Amino acid sequence: MAKKPVTFTLNGRESAAFAEEGQNLLDFLRRSVGDLSPKYGCGQGGCGGCTVLIDGEPHLSCLTLAEAAAGRKVETASGLATGPVLHRLQEAFMERFAAQCGFCTPGMLVSAKALLDRNPRPTREEVIEALSGNLCRCTGYEPIIEAVLDAAGERARA
Amino acid sequence: MALHRGRGFAAINYPIGMNLGGDPSQALVHSNPDGKFTVALSAIDLGQGMKSVTRQIAAETLGVPVEDVYVDTADSDTGPHDMGSFASRGTHRVGNAVMRAAEEARAVMLEAAAEELEVDAADLVTDGKGNIHVKGAPSRSITTMAAAQAAQFRQGRTIAGRGIFLIPLSEVDAETGEMTPVSTFAHAAMIVEVEVDDETGEVSVLDVKSAYEVGRALNPKLVEQQLRGGAWMGMSHAAWETTEPYYPARDHGPVDFNHYLMPGMGDLAPHHISVLERPAADGPFGGKGPGEMCANPVLPAVVNAVYEAVGVRIDDLPVTPEKVLRGLRAQGGAKPKKRL
Repeated sequence: MAKKPVTFTLNGRESAAFAEEGQNLLDFLRRSVGDLSPKYGCGQGGCGGCTVLIDGEPHLSCLTLAEAAAGRKVETASGLATGPVLHRLQEAFMERFAAQCGFCTPGMLVSAKALLDRNPRPTREEVIEALSGNLCRCTGYEPIIEAVLDAAGERARA
Repeated sequence: MALHRGRGFAAINYPIGMNLGGDPSQALVHSNPDGKFTVALSAIDLGQGMKSVTRQIAAETLGVPVEDVYVDTADSDTGPHDMGSFASRGTHRVGNAVMRAAEEARAVMLEAAAEELEVDAADLVTDGKGNIHVKGAPSRSITTMAAAQAAQFRQGRTIAGRGIFLIPLSEVDAETGEMTPVSTFAHAAMIVEVEVDDETGEVSVLDVKSAYEVGRALNPKLVEQQLRGGAWMGMSHAAWETTEPYYPARDHGPVDFNHYLMPGMGDLAPHHISVLERPAADGPFGGKGPGEMCANPVLPAVVNAVYEAVGVRIDDLPVTPEKVLRGLRAQGGAKPKKRL
């Protein structure tokens, strides 16, 4: 099967790897690039665990062809922290105990970042709508909603 | 078409642990030359916080900062035996085993410190900050690191402890049928308010109020988090989730998230939680286990609320719109029950 080089920006850094024909972006990021933060939950776009940002917009990487990332800016949860300094969303998730098993957390963080980037002061309803495609088994969602609202508040104060 | 509101109540007793051939957990605790401690377990943290809670229990018992304890649950092949993380048994069973192992390790640590300070180990206390000193004389002091290094390099002593907690199998008395299957119960009570649409059969959960009695809440934030998440999982089982087909052919059963219905954020109802603490006499620092019982009261409370709202008694979960509509048709429409 023909492999095709894909050059793109991953979390601000120039990246390149070979994509197999028909390979989805999730598999490409995890196996070819080595970024394990997007999670394989259902492989059908039903759980949101694989959510990444492409040019700032949330996408389900399991339903996106790897080649679609060519020349674009891809962001994943592993790019949120700057060195040892956590992103305010990560801080808020910790403060609010918004993770238990943690499998949905990278997708939640990425979806939340996309929301705050375009709407720095979302209402509770806007948070719920933005994260409605991300399933969580453990937390009962409430701590996640609170964490995103907290992170938004921090930005407003800063 | 009309919307009908109803409230349902449920109360449960939940036994901690199980009774299938005995219910043991083991723990091993040892110090490293830097004066920090490792707790080896085969029980697994599923995200519920078992590592955090056993770490707190070990630190509190040893008398060292919680930062100085590392809990290793890496490998059940090499770790001490444990029945596992289920039956809400982690805090109670594993916590007790950790406490005993930490007590044994603490006794050796104090002996090592006593030898260095040339005092009696019975006169030593810990300050919880990494220091051991003579009771009433804080200046006669040694750090846990210095004690651990003295044990390792001068005294030839292992600062280590073994712990097991076993609830033995309870045999049934052939004459009376009497047995003691559990030693500890947790409790919960819940009121759920629902709205039932008698045209579509849909049930919306409007509000949840609960009280959970969990023994001592060893980590209050983790307890609240587990109750909130677990109760929502119960709601999910009451109203949405099932692996059974809705129609009588297995082929129609759900095999993925497109058909296995799991609620998202938009379905959430407010949940007001009260945590009641009645420390368990045989629990580590009084802890029981909030595990599975967070979900248990939700299902009967939802079913009871639907009954009050439209008079349909559903005895087969989940409460799907189809079951509500069939019930309404069978009784000739909504027949709300009088509120108590």
